[in-house]
Amino acid sequence: MNEIKNLKLLAAKIRLDVLEMLMHRGYGHLGGSMSIVELFAVLYGKHLNVDPKNPNKEDRDMVVLSKGHAGPAWYSALAEMGYFPKEVLLTLNDGGTILPSHPDRNLTPGVDATTGSLGQGTSIAAGIATGQKFKGKNAYTYLIVGDGELNEGQCWEAFMYISQKKLNNCIVIIDDNKRQLDGYTKDIINHYDLKTKMESFGFKTVRVDGSDVKAIDSAITELKAVKDQAVCIVLDTIKGQGIKYFEDMFSNHSVKFNNESINQAADEAVEKLKAYIAKEEA
Amino acid sequence: MFKLVENRNEKGEQLSIVFCQTVSELMNDDEKLVFIDSDLASPSGSSLIEKAHPDRFINVGIAEANMVGVASGLSIEGFKPFIHSFAPFASRRVFDQIYLSGAYAKTTINVYGSDPGFAVGPNGGTHTSFEDVALYRTIPNAIIVDPADVTQLKCAVRQAASEEGIKYIRINRKAVRNVYEPGSKFVFGKGTVVKEGSDVLVITSGQILSDALDAAEELETKGVSVEVLDMYTIKPLDVDLILSEVEGKKAVVTFENHSIIGGLGSAVAEVLAENNVNVLFKRHGVTDRFGQVGTADFLQVEYNLTSKDLVKTIESLL
Ligand SMILES: Cc1ncc(C[n+]2csc(CCOP(=O)(O)OP(=O)(O)O)c2C)c(N)n1
Ligand SMILES: [Mg+2]
Repeated sequence: MNEIKNLKLLAAKIRLDVLEMLMHRGYGHLGGSMSIVELFAVLYGKHLNVDPKNPNKEDRDMVVLSKGHAGPAWYSALAEMGYFPKEVLLTLNDGGTILPSHPDRNLTPGVDATTGSLGQGTSIAAGIATGQKFKGKNAYTYLIVGDGELNEGQCWEAFMYISQKKLNNCIVIIDDNKRQLDGYTKDIINHYDLKTKMESFGFKTVRVDGSDVKAIDSAITELKAVKDQAVCIVLDTIKGQGIKYFEDMFSNHSVKFNNESINQAADEAVEKLKAYIAKEEA
Repeated sequence: MFKLVENRNEKGEQLSIVFCQTVSELMNDDEKLVFIDSDLASPSGSSLIEKAHPDRFINVGIAEANMVGVASGLSIEGFKPFIHSFAPFASRRVFDQIYLSGAYAKTTINVYGSDPGFAVGPNGGTHTSFEDVALYRTIPNAIIVDPADVTQLKCAVRQAASEEGIKYIRINRKAVRNVYEPGSKFVFGKGTVVKEGSDVLVITSGQILSDALDAAEELETKGVSVEVLDMYTIKPLDVDLILSEVEGKKAVVTFENHSIIGGLGSAVAEVLAENNVNVLFKRHGVTDRFGQVGTADFLQVEYNLTSKDLVKTIESLL
């Protein structure tokens, strides 16, 4: 019970960091960052075998954020874990920063794959997972891919490979937030039922509520135990998750904090998150 | 035939809107024109085309290679597609599809590559293209247009829509400074001497034409006479104009928002070398480096692409 409370608290902190860094910058990829906040809380709060003091630890689990534009969510999780001081979050996108809009393995401690050109991270994750197996490591690779990103054919090349090679250590997580940049995925390129689709590609697939840390935790625990089959989580999320105003905003892919109504909603969300965090920590 | 604006510090309309507005107007009269975007209709401005011509607008989703193939197929059916993605995805990412399904198969595809070079701003290194021109230059018969401002962009879109083959038009999506008065005319394959001068020949293209003109003005006050040549299409290159304008100059400098490997600088170097032109020569551009994150202004300074940087290069040559 305590564990779940702590994961929820971590999620609130990550959400607050994301919001504050984007507000400070004045713009940013809000929608797709918010939808994976709970996922990052569960990964970093419980499952990942990593050491923030030794980011290059040999047998660590790896994370590949193929939907690289959601970097702000990852950076916030990394800061909460102590990979770098939280003040650094405010340097997002500054010239010379270690936190570029899209993740860069040569710049940020804790980031192992350079992504941002959609589709490419899927194959990189497949390669890392293959390497882990070659070396006989008992380590996992968590691949986070967007539902819009699945438009890229490369994702399906990677999935066929992961399935063929039975890379059970590569945990594929699809952020099914139902929207891409220009609107709803069903209106642009409909991916239909992702669970059925992934199952037909040979994956053991579970579908979970991506705002429910307990459900995410159970799914990961269940899939980590799978042997001899590729595994996938379809994360049922909302683009802009956790802040009603942004969930309801149609174009929330990249938000500009340039009008009163947006700024007011953001301020209110900050206050609410701060109050929640204070209450839980008391 | 061209006329320069009086106020070179004024910016024109947002180029993304100009591009799509022009295509949309052409679509009113030409039912063969089609526009395809790849989940970037709101950033590219093409949502206005979607609104005006929903029957001939396609959003293929985040699938650039598929977009080029679909465009090729539409061309085989007699349509004339425009396609859009960010410059690196409209060049690097789809190079083989453009090369084979496009150029080799002799289909017609008009490519709108947005935010090349430092114009990428905060989208950062993964979204940066310093090599898009180099790639397209290797494709037989491809046309590469690097418009300097609103007026030139309108000409580029109109001519692209009226001709067959592969055309690559690279533009900043945002507003850039005006150079030419509306009504000025430009054609593929022809450069323009924007400013006369006797000591140094600067050859440039795209939005940094404005910066080159600033540099020329500054050098003028220091007693150096600089001629500025706007190479509107990097391919086909206006070889005759280069050879005639280089006559009598002490130095030639190319100035490009692109890698010095394979772009305008390389193209001019090839012309000078093969025509035995013996003149001081320098390629000023991005020096074999990757992109990075930052504002466009930061990046322009970081990659030495300001007028001050050009002044320094020219002074160091003389
Ligand atoms: C190859 C490539 N094409 C286009 C883009 C521009 N782009 C960035 S995010 C995005 C939409 C992503 O949608 P989705 O994968 O569903 O992400 P989310 O909803 O989680 O933000 C697009 C088109 C890109 N980064 N890479
Ligand atoms: Mg999505």
